[in-house]
Amino acid sequence: MEYIPNTPEDQKEMLRVIGVSSYDELISNIPPEIRLKGELNLSAPLSELEVMSELKSLSIMNVNADDFTCFLGAGAYDHFIPAVVPHIISRSEFYTAYTPYQAEMSQGVLQTIFEYQTMICELTGMEVANASMYDGASAMAEAAMMAIRIAKRNEIVISSTVNPRYRRVLAAYNSGLKHPVKTIESSNGITDINKLSQAITDKTAAVIIQYPNFLGSIEDIKTIIDMTHKAGAASVIVADPIALGLLKSPGELGAEIVVGEGQPLGIPLSFGGPYLGFFATRMEHVRKMPGRIVGATTDKEGKVGYCLTFQTREQHIKRERATSNICSNQALMALAATVYMSAMGKNGIRETASLCLNKTAYAKQKIGELNGYSIPFTSPVFKEFVVKTPVPPSVINKMLEKEKIVGGLDMGTYYPELGNHILFCVTEKRTKSEIDKLVKILAEV
Amino acid sequence: MKLIFETGAPGRRSYSLPALDVPDNELSSLIPADLIKKEDVNLPEVSEVELIRHFTRLSQMNFGLDLGFYPLGSCTMKYNPKLNEETAKMPGFLHSHPLQPEHLSQGSLKLMYELEVCLKEISGMNRVSLQPAAGAHGEMSGMLVIRSYHESNGSPRKRVIIPDSAHGTNPASAALAGYDVTVIKSTREGLVDINELKKVLDSDCAAVMITNPNTLGLFEKDIVEISRLIHEAGALLYMDGANLNALLGITRPGDMGFDVVHINLHKTFSTPHGGGGPGAGPIGVVEKLAPFIPVPTVEKDGDRYYFDYNRPQSIGSIHGFYSNFGVLVKAYTYIKKMGAACIHDISRNAIINANYIKKRLEGYYTLPIAGQSMHECVFSSKLQKEKGVHAWDISKRIQDFGFHPPTVNFPLVVEEAIMIEPTETESKETLDKFCDVMITIAKEVETTPDIVKNAPHTMIVKRLDEAQAVKKPVLRWQKPTQ
Repeated sequence: MEYIPNTPEDQKEMLRVIGVSSYDELISNIPPEIRLKGELNLSAPLSELEVMSELKSLSIMNVNADDFTCFLGAGAYDHFIPAVVPHIISRSEFYTAYTPYQAEMSQGVLQTIFEYQTMICELTGMEVANASMYDGASAMAEAAMMAIRIAKRNEIVISSTVNPRYRRVLAAYNSGLKHPVKTIESSNGITDINKLSQAITDKTAAVIIQYPNFLGSIEDIKTIIDMTHKAGAASVIVADPIALGLLKSPGELGAEIVVGEGQPLGIPLSFGGPYLGFFATRMEHVRKMPGRIVGATTDKEGKVGYCLTFQTREQHIKRERATSNICSNQALMALAATVYMSAMGKNGIRETASLCLNKTAYAKQKIGELNGYSIPFTSPVFKEFVVKTPVPPSVINKMLEKEKIVGGLDMGTYYPELGNHILFCVTEKRTKSEIDKLVKILAEV
Repeated sequence: MKLIFETGAPGRRSYSLPALDVPDNELSSLIPADLIKKEDVNLPEVSEVELIRHFTRLSQMNFGLDLGFYPLGSCTMKYNPKLNEETAKMPGFLHSHPLQPEHLSQGSLKLMYELEVCLKEISGMNRVSLQPAAGAHGEMSGMLVIRSYHESNGSPRKRVIIPDSAHGTNPASAALAGYDVTVIKSTREGLVDINELKKVLDSDCAAVMITNPNTLGLFEKDIVEISRLIHEAGALLYMDGANLNALLGITRPGDMGFDVVHINLHKTFSTPHGGGGPGAGPIGVVEKLAPFIPVPTVEKDGDRYYFDYNRPQSIGSIHGFYSNFGVLVKAYTYIKKMGAACIHDISRNAIINANYIKKRLEGYYTLPIAGQSMHECVFSSKLQKEKGVHAWDISKRIQDFGFHPPTVNFPLVVEEAIMIEPTETESKETLDKFCDVMITIAKEVETTPDIVKNAPHTMIVKRLDEAQAVKKPVLRWQKPTQ
């Protein structure tokens, strides 16, 4: 076996040194009644060549965004990934390392995390970021729990325009602690401000809003954050990191916690994971934050270096009183995002956002002009928009599929009131001719 | 080394984007004027070569498994076969959208289905949810499953019992699921104390969380009796599978009486740890708990694979989509490669390697607990402490010899703990070199303790002031004010 160096002769010699007559003697305290009799029922070992061809045969059963044109978003986005990103994260000094508990020999990953924290702060307008959560959904659930610690209240208010899959994760995270959760209806594609204002009380710990929201619409988070503050609650904004290239940051507008899905920042679609949850807040709340944090310090000669810090909040020290149970995180994905943000820089991220915005506007206008189709909401959108369709979205998607297009999301899946509505996503990767082709096929329905 | 923000110059760029090929609109015609950002995000401005040199240089300041021995106890830093990386990069896996129609994702669905079949067989459980993104995420999911099960029987119960040697994630996960935690002391042999367990085991106990082999590297030999007691009390038995690498092909959590187990795929199934993640922490459960596992599950109908969301008793979802799918591809690749015939070789060699190190270092460091070790061994440097040298100092000195240090100061039940896990992928020669270094350091503590106390000497930075990092927190770079 090529992954296991020691030969039977090596093993024999080692057993001799250990002072046992056989390997079985070494494991003699495992009771016989629970021992496996015979081999596990798995397939026979395969060669590299055989594994490659077996996995390839599975891979080609999927369509992928390289061969198909993707107009699907809804939480996972087909953004452009510069070549430098996979190149750097494929360096094995990074990907075969563990959590940097030994700072002196992990300065590389620690510095990249420090840079990542800085970039997330710049993007979100916040003061401190952690070194990553599992994904956007779990980051939002952790943010809700943190808001409860900050506000010392326990009711969560969340808009129905927040990604339904994120809300489902929040419900599961909350299924043990059972904090009250109120969900606010929408109107015209954004959170209904009147209903929200009625729902916020002196028991509200967190108000959670997505920006832009699941329907693609840009919420008026300024008004909502102000309203939340007046009630003494914490505002949690779930932001699209690319949109923050053009939109005012939630930090600038006063949010307490900003989280989101970091996948658009240089991470492949990968059938939903591994992704990256980003998480940022204000310095005053740092001790209530979940997850790893890296800080700068000095060595005894005064040289600057980086190490894990504020570890007393974490599970390995605080145990059942920890701010969260997160241990392994998504550090390599955070590195991908760091390289992505470095490559795009201040101009690239704005240009990417601007391309998304204009191409979406073009697609929305062209589809809105088609007979039988309409744009149900007038609220401004960023890279996604809802279309009312003359036939069920599944019929449309079936037609698009024949032309090697992955269509939009059938909104009826998540919002029963939006049957015959479809959510299209247009990133900077979509060309005018791809959009025109989409419009042409839609017209033929 | 300079930060990327201190590199480059205004106007430099390392990206390229296509020109806008649709009409260019006035920004304020598309987004509300009061939400338009006034200034650009303060991100770096570097050329591509500057960027590549910066991150390549940083990679050279980092120790990964491909550079050398990494015996971090309980982390199972085994070699990550390159084949895993190649399969995970196949376009059908890497570029498929999670919400594209199921009939266009049959390869991914089939892989998930087949991986579940393998993990059921390896763990001896009836169902496996692939959803948790890490071991601790699996623990939390498992605890929520346990809570839902008890609630469905009319009583959620209040408490989870955890041995004092457990990973910190165990109590943290139980607390997140709304449980109070009762800690029980271990026996002098480092095992679960059955008498202590009996004292606290009552009708309020929802579950007992046990790591087996435990964090001292010892097999809980009375596990069958422990399981009987717990089940008699109507509680469930949870296994932290962090150390599953030691059990492959020998025994299975299901056969030992566990009701739930999480499996850290990144450990036992050799997916790289990525500087702290991504991992994957699927949970296996027995039949009576199957209705409660996260949605969706992957099911098969004839030749067609599909996601099943229609599971009314499920705890819901704990991941935005399905799992850290890319990690699943790597673990599946590894299982296919090893197959039935080689899987026991993993634990056999891991166990021999750990016991070899244990034997060679005996006498130089204190063995706090005798007994047969599985895949890792725990020493104490309390002898060295008498000379003012702590386990932490020893870990720093090890760096000078080109090895990553073992886990130190854990488990908490051992004073000055040094926990060494060599894994099966290291050769006898590597173990010998490492043991020689450990012996050299033990001798240095006797003769020249300051060399150890002031280590490391060869790293790019000397020992870092971690207290200062808390007292005067600097958690991000700030643009200098003009």
